[in-house]
Amino acid sequence: MRRHLKHLRYVMGENPVTVFAFSLFTLILFLAIFGPWITPYDPLATEAANTLKPPSWDHLFGTDHLGRDVFSRVIAATRLDLGIAVSAVALSFLLGSALGCSAGFWGGWTDRIVGRFSDTIMAFPLFVLAMGIVAAMGNTVENIIYATAIINLPFYARVARAETAIRRNAGFVHAARLTGSGEVRILATQLFPNILPPMMVQISLNMGWAILNAAGLSFIGLGVRPPAAEWGIMVAEGANYIVSGEWWLAIFPGAALMLAVFCFNLLGDGLRDLVDPLRRT
Amino acid sequence: MGSRLIQVGRRLAQALPSVFGVIVISFVLTRALPGDPAVYFAGAMADEESIEQVRRALGLDRTWIEQFLIYVGNLANGDWGMSLSTGRPVTEELMQRLPASLELTLLGLGLAVAVAVPLGVLAATRPDSWVDHLCRLLVTAGVSLPTFFTGLFLVYIFYYLLGWAPSPLGRLDILYLSPPQVTGFYVIDSLIAGDGETLGAALAQLVLPAATLGLFALAPIARMTRAAMLGALGSEFVRTARAGGLSSAVVLGTYAFRNAALPVLTTLGMVFSFLLGANVLVEKVFSWPGIGSFAIEALVASDYAAVQGFVLAMALLFVCVNLAIDVILTLVDPRVGLDE
Amino acid sequence: MATPPFLDIQGLSVDFKTRNGMVRAIDDVSLQLAKGEVLGIVGESGSGKSVTAYTVIGLLDEAGSPVAGSATFDGIKVTEASEAGLRDLRGREISMIFQNPRAALNPIRMVGRQIEDVLKRHGLATRQNAKSKAIEMLEKVKIVEPEMRYSSYPFELSGGMCQRVMIAIALACDPRLLIADEPTTGLDVTTQKATMDLVRELTRERNMAVVLITHDLGMAAAYCDRIVVMEKGKVVEAAPVAQLFTQPAHPYTRKLIAASPGPNSELSDLAPAGADGLPPPSAEIIQVAAAAPPPRSEKLLEVIDLVKEFPIRRQRTRFPWSKKPDDEPSVFRAVDGISFQMKRGESLGLVGESGCGKSTTSSIVTRLLDPTSGDVIFDGTNITTYPAAGFAKRPERRKIQMVFQDPTDSLNPRYTAAASIAEPLKRLLGIGDRREIGERVRELAAKVGLPENLLERFPHQLSGGQKARVGIARAIAVDPLLLVLDEPTSALDVSVQAVVLQLLDRLKRDMGMSYIFVSHDLNVVRLLCERVIVMNRGRIVETGTADDVLKNPKEAYTRTLVDAIPHFEPAAMAAPEAAIS
Repeated sequence: MRRHLKHLRYVMGENPVTVFAFSLFTLILFLAIFGPWITPYDPLATEAANTLKPPSWDHLFGTDHLGRDVFSRVIAATRLDLGIAVSAVALSFLLGSALGCSAGFWGGWTDRIVGRFSDTIMAFPLFVLAMGIVAAMGNTVENIIYATAIINLPFYARVARAETAIRRNAGFVHAARLTGSGEVRILATQLFPNILPPMMVQISLNMGWAILNAAGLSFIGLGVRPPAAEWGIMVAEGANYIVSGEWWLAIFPGAALMLAVFCFNLLGDGLRDLVDPLRRT
Repeated sequence: MGSRLIQVGRRLAQALPSVFGVIVISFVLTRALPGDPAVYFAGAMADEESIEQVRRALGLDRTWIEQFLIYVGNLANGDWGMSLSTGRPVTEELMQRLPASLELTLLGLGLAVAVAVPLGVLAATRPDSWVDHLCRLLVTAGVSLPTFFTGLFLVYIFYYLLGWAPSPLGRLDILYLSPPQVTGFYVIDSLIAGDGETLGAALAQLVLPAATLGLFALAPIARMTRAAMLGALGSEFVRTARAGGLSSAVVLGTYAFRNAALPVLTTLGMVFSFLLGANVLVEKVFSWPGIGSFAIEALVASDYAAVQGFVLAMALLFVCVNLAIDVILTLVDPRVGLDE
Repeated sequence: MATPPFLDIQGLSVDFKTRNGMVRAIDDVSLQLAKGEVLGIVGESGSGKSVTAYTVIGLLDEAGSPVAGSATFDGIKVTEASEAGLRDLRGREISMIFQNPRAALNPIRMVGRQIEDVLKRHGLATRQNAKSKAIEMLEKVKIVEPEMRYSSYPFELSGGMCQRVMIAIALACDPRLLIADEPTTGLDVTTQKATMDLVRELTRERNMAVVLITHDLGMAAAYCDRIVVMEKGKVVEAAPVAQLFTQPAHPYTRKLIAASPGPNSELSDLAPAGADGLPPPSAEIIQVAAAAPPPRSEKLLEVIDLVKEFPIRRQRTRFPWSKKPDDEPSVFRAVDGISFQMKRGESLGLVGESGCGKSTTSSIVTRLLDPTSGDVIFDGTNITTYPAAGFAKRPERRKIQMVFQDPTDSLNPRYTAAASIAEPLKRLLGIGDRREIGERVRELAAKVGLPENLLERFPHQLSGGQKARVGIARAIAVDPLLLVLDEPTSALDVSVQAVVLQLLDRLKRDMGMSYIFVSHDLNVVRLLCERVIVMNRGRIVETGTADDVLKNPKEAYTRTLVDAIPHFEPAAMAAPEAAIS
């Protein structure tokens, strides 16, 4: 355990950007978990008299067209957006890497079937496919998660397959057979730990993408429904007011969105350093 | 040359299963959509009798396989159903709006390539310089940008604050008439018609949305160009070229860049996929009368024949683009087709 | 010398910027080269021989910079020249050829065009005559059908042909100095000889000076006039060939010469006792070893009519209705019906070039691969009746083990050395108790001379020799009867190889194992094995005792193989002409 902590400190020391990313991630996580309890106002509470007020000390991010406090809504939305992204990515990762590893390791028909399946999904412009799926299945948060998971599946399958295929004839795989490990055990205990670093990068980048996806779907009205607080919807609602100069409705949630995705992208590199033993001196 | 043609032929043949898969999924989606497929394929004007006719025509009372075959047959004939909201065939609507989306996407892609590729090459040839850091910053920030947000942000700055850009209300300001239709691309059509004013107006409206799309596509292209160039410049064959005393122009161009171009070309396919999706968002922000906004309106109006038509059209377009890229790669890279 | 040397390196030091600060790659290196002379720079990995060469041609990595001394080529100080000046020199006056020839050629450009590029750059060809000049060069490097090969791509050519193309590119503009950086690594022994002979012929014809960088002392002896020995960035000794081998002055040179196996070396000659990190054997063990070997009557392994076919992937598209030409084979016979036997306690060598089927055979014997037909009878049981996929669960698994060629590749990068060694204990012996496993692992580490503190390290933190020991420890962990060694030392430095070979010999005697030693190097095989089988194209060409096959080869192929090995007899160095074969 101590060795892991020492390595963590080394990775942090190497790259200040990683520290920044980790701190930001911790903040986002904190807001996601404790958000609803720390918002100054109720995110759903409307106030007809107080609409479209610019940012002030009272309302840090101003109020929207229904008099709701934008700051509270931005914080509350963290939980929803993060929750959707985490669920979708977890689903994709589990299913995608299982399929990809099997395809890469055993080849043959497994590879062909998984390949066809993933190619068919990739034949669609992915956001368009997500639109189609949510339209077909209905406008709920669960369906957004499923749609996002489905369109992300090919990425994991592809990375898992490629990384497994490169290593499937490595000496240590043959050695594992010699030392008595069966095929499935080899895949799980020998190969999978080695493909984890590149997958970690993929997971982190995908988190960012999943958040953008969910926000995008909500922006065009195909996702989370109002009055729920979600960054995409907030930007959509605020879009109408930008042309008349009330910028705070859209810019703040948009900036939060950007920051979250940015954080996950930076995190990807840091995570890889942490997990990859080759980086240890 | 003969073997190349055969390889190209193989690539074309390999696209067929993708097309098939697309049609299957689209079929599944139509049957999964809420409501009665017959109703929305018949159209808003239909009465009970014609809905029955449509139902029989679609084969909704028959087996899945027969339904599917009828479906494919209809698609091939150009019968993609009737749009509930406009009352016209879906194919007509799509064809009318396609040029608007294509003009926007192609211009955005062009802008992105024009900036990203030189940037990536410069960043790779001058590591750790300000260009390199700028490139890396742009890439990381670029992949984090939500397209719709960038669009809105640009509108706020350039239209509201600075007043430089025209109002984001479509392809042409109301003062202007669209040029006579030749290709549907306003820029090309006004050039053909010799109409300088309309050309200027069309371009002015195109700038912001194309820039939004361009910014979105910039990041992955720049990242891949930089990575591919770095890889090529560090390779052993570039070392051999340098050992032969070849000029830096030849080393960079003939040896490094041509090799780096291959993965960049592959990336373009992926980028185009993202662009088609981002298109929808940008069209909404800028009220652009393309396929994307058509789809959004259709979704709101529960016009499912139109939605399905949109999804299918985009997928087929994407398959074509990928095919084109694959064919170019087959012709350019002699190693393609080795490990099948 | 009266005239100033052609290439004059004086006190050159080069530093490299690394993660851990500045590292001195070469320190105060001085050497001279006369016109038309062939100089060999010999050293093991980390000796700095490549860095020296790269500094001369000005192709040092970004991270490297010369910090002291100078290198002068024909009066021009290359260490101070501008990049533009260097570019004029490169290709025209100084040329270089590299290892891994296929990777060193532009994969998407025709090889003929790559030759043209150099010609055109230095003004030796115009657009009109460039193609014919390129074809001329291809002819000069003895490539058959040069007009056709002009439009080939590197992936269509063999390794040897790619190297010839590189030589053509390097020599196209008639440079006066050729630097060859390990040009034969990765090539077959016969191809190596052909390549080096070609280099010698072409450079002698043009009176070119050559710097040959190699780790192979035998090759240096065969092709060089003078040799410079480098160790850890410093020049240790420089002398004409004959003098170096008959009267080596520096202890490192002596160590290197001793460690390079020749046709008459003994295992004990290779390295001093105790070099393998193990305590010297006690008196009883020496007695036991000296005593007559026990009668070996038990047949341990019998291979009968072994055949392995691989399907050939069709390169050209074939339509279902077109006829398949009769003479085009659809399968490749890697192993074409071989039979041999082995007794308990014996060491058998399996020798051949790449593609001869020796690795396939050893994979089948260890049951990593299924044969197409034929039987392998091990210790009385026909183990080919059990498919390779499920063999891991059979009790016979622990009796046959293997040591792999590439120590880096054969260790899981995410397992510590201890974890890798513990694997067979856990899986094959079913030991679950952590303390017992720890004890056994430490025992095994001691047996192979691996210091205990290295057990918790990861493969990337270990040296080549240490990784090889981990691989050996893992293989012997379950006390196998038969140990198959697939080129276990070919990726190691020659001094490390010496120590590992001695270790393997000691282990064999101590544990009573039988060995199958697969290699392309007859000299190495001879040290450990009594009997040798020579293979070519999937068939057994010749068998016999190691000495017999090496000294009196009966078959033509064996003779070619033996002749191609650059060897040297220190005694015969007194008459250098006779030694060069």
